[in-house]
Amino acid sequence: MDQHAAIPPHARTYRYDAVDRDFLAARIAEFRDQVQRRLAGELTEDEFKPLRLMNGLYLQLHAYMLRVAIPYGVLDSRQLRQLAFIARRFDRGFGHFTTRQNIQFNWTKLEDAPDMLAALAEVDMHAIQTSGNCIRNVTTDEFAGAAADELVDPRVYAEILRQWSTLHPEFSYLPRKFKIAITGAPHDRVAAKVHDIGVIAKRNAEGAIGFEVWVGGGLGRTPVVGTLIHDFVPEAELLAYLEAVLRVYNVLGQRDNIYKARIKILVRDLGDEFRDLVEAEFAAMPRGRYRLDPEVVQAIAAHFAPPAFATLVDDPPALRRARAEDRRFAAWCATSTHPHRTPGYASVVISLKPIGGIPGDASAEQMEAVADLADRFSFGEIRVSHVQNLVLPHVRQEDLPALHAALDAHGLATPNVGLVTDIIACPGMDYCALATARSIPVAQRISERFADLDRQLDIGTLHVNISGCINACGHHHVGHIGLLGVDKRGEEVYQITLGGSATNDAAIGELIGPAFSYDAVVDAVETLVRTYVAHRTQGELFKDTYRRIGPAPFKEALYAPA
Amino acid sequence: MPLLEQGRLVADAFVAIADDARLPDGAPALVSLARLQAEATALLARNAQLGVLLPNDTDPSALAPFLHRLSLVALRFPKHRDGRAFTQARALREHHGFAGEIRATGHVLPDQHAFLLRCGFSTVEVAESADLAAWQRGLHAIPIAYQPAVAGDATPLGLLRRHVAVG
Repeated sequence: MDQHAAIPPHARTYRYDAVDRDFLAARIAEFRDQVQRRLAGELTEDEFKPLRLMNGLYLQLHAYMLRVAIPYGVLDSRQLRQLAFIARRFDRGFGHFTTRQNIQFNWTKLEDAPDMLAALAEVDMHAIQTSGNCIRNVTTDEFAGAAADELVDPRVYAEILRQWSTLHPEFSYLPRKFKIAITGAPHDRVAAKVHDIGVIAKRNAEGAIGFEVWVGGGLGRTPVVGTLIHDFVPEAELLAYLEAVLRVYNVLGQRDNIYKARIKILVRDLGDEFRDLVEAEFAAMPRGRYRLDPEVVQAIAAHFAPPAFATLVDDPPALRRARAEDRRFAAWCATSTHPHRTPGYASVVISLKPIGGIPGDASAEQMEAVADLADRFSFGEIRVSHVQNLVLPHVRQEDLPALHAALDAHGLATPNVGLVTDIIACPGMDYCALATARSIPVAQRISERFADLDRQLDIGTLHVNISGCINACGHHHVGHIGLLGVDKRGEEVYQITLGGSATNDAAIGELIGPAFSYDAVVDAVETLVRTYVAHRTQGELFKDTYRRIGPAPFKEALYAPA
Repeated sequence: MPLLEQGRLVADAFVAIADDARLPDGAPALVSLARLQAEATALLARNAQLGVLLPNDTDPSALAPFLHRLSLVALRFPKHRDGRAFTQARALREHHGFAGEIRATGHVLPDQHAFLLRCGFSTVEVAESADLAAWQRGLHAIPIAYQPAVAGDATPLGLLRRHVAVG
């Protein structure tokens, strides 16, 4: 155990053992061999590409990008420190956290990639299946194991799905990439209905665990909300049922047109027949072979047992005093903390959206600071959220003032979580080879426009999502306000969609009208926000106002001659 | 073309017969699905082993009436990225209980060798120029698997994990 003495004693992450480490070492050796065969000309680029992609190595506009898997967004402090080391040693001192709870290093050199993978393996991390036409990193609720409203701990099943999908012999050469999200809370914080498969864990009247299975949701060029195909798959049948879904997709998914290859197209085209085919496959399978035994679940669940929480009370006097004395701290408490199931604790969201900053970017110094604060205040645990922020899941409420002060010293206390400047943005044309417009500078300009904290708090919860191309990595379709940058005769213009949602009432935003130029788009967002504020009822969210009053008032404000 | 079974070179007893060619007397023959369906009675009555090439867009249940007489089902990879045949192989083993030879043909990479066997393939047809050592390495590169499969699972390691025993 000596070599792992640095693991925070309480961090509830899946702990690798010798078998897992042997596997990872074998995988890295295999990749080194593949790189050498590519360099020797034994593999064509066409043959090498899917192999490097399945190891997370992507070719972008200016350089290779290594996308590192953060399984279901859960990290311990030593892992975050190692990501900081990699950022400093192999990149330009930064990492970029993504909407799939991963981290990307945007300035990777091909010759460094095997060494970066070896550095990751030192802390039981890897880049397996972060790209390619395979089952990608499974995502889950950033408040898993902490949230007051949680019914089932989704990390247990996310880890089971991670293992099951790792180098799956049948599903590594699918028609297209495949994304699974799982939650165990009634409030959907994982965008389950816009994933290839969304899994919602719940309990039946007898208390047994089972899963709702949604299929065929997705964004990209054909945005669609998923379809419920099973209301309660019993725990023991989870893997068998997902195998059945994947088999139907692997056989029938389109392979001749990359834009029609996702499972959502198959589900749309087959309608009810898709479910019938899955049920037929499920009925015919030798289910014993794919049964998820309770002992397996228990053994994995042991990794995620609750840490040793102290007996505390909610809203202690010291916290109340600090809130009363410091408006900025009070605002931070209001926006950045999330209810914890244990009295006297809170989950804290660390905004990676400083005013004018690059959404999701963190410097090596910031990563190290967060790792230290996780050790000090949160049992050494960190989460990555799908809106590109970080989370300390288990913080004592009495520690919030000290945590806030420490975060502030590192530029990590922006009190804007969930507000108009907490923008999701893809890398866009600043990095990405697919992009048709810039995303980051648009996010930065909107952020600067709405910098005033009082105004942000008055506007309240508002999700602005920005994508730099139709592939929709910035989730623009499910933003309350979504911006899609496209190229129109050599000029970047931004289409605006309104009324989208990624949660329980998942909906695809509607196009409001003609696109706006790069220069005009921030004013357009300003106009939309003003229109919302003028029309909303008490506590009503943007998307709800939009659904109630319809597009006309927004359209008129945007396009009527002045 | 060279044929690998569990990573070892083996003799290929089968001869692929074009749809318009005469079948050899008493020798193992590999025919198309169309020919098998058209000439089922005659083909099944031959006193020799019979194999069929199943296109990768055809449900293996099309073979159900013939499987008891088939010694070989050859599946085809038009490109190595087209993974449909993995599911066909598993369906043949799991749904139809086929115990004969399942052969991978077409464009497959050494890096897919272990996946093929775990999904139920028993042999792989490789190019004349194939680097057999690379195919061997592909078989043994990753000795651990994290999920159940049709074949090649030896010692369970607890949880979802198992040693992969091939070759």
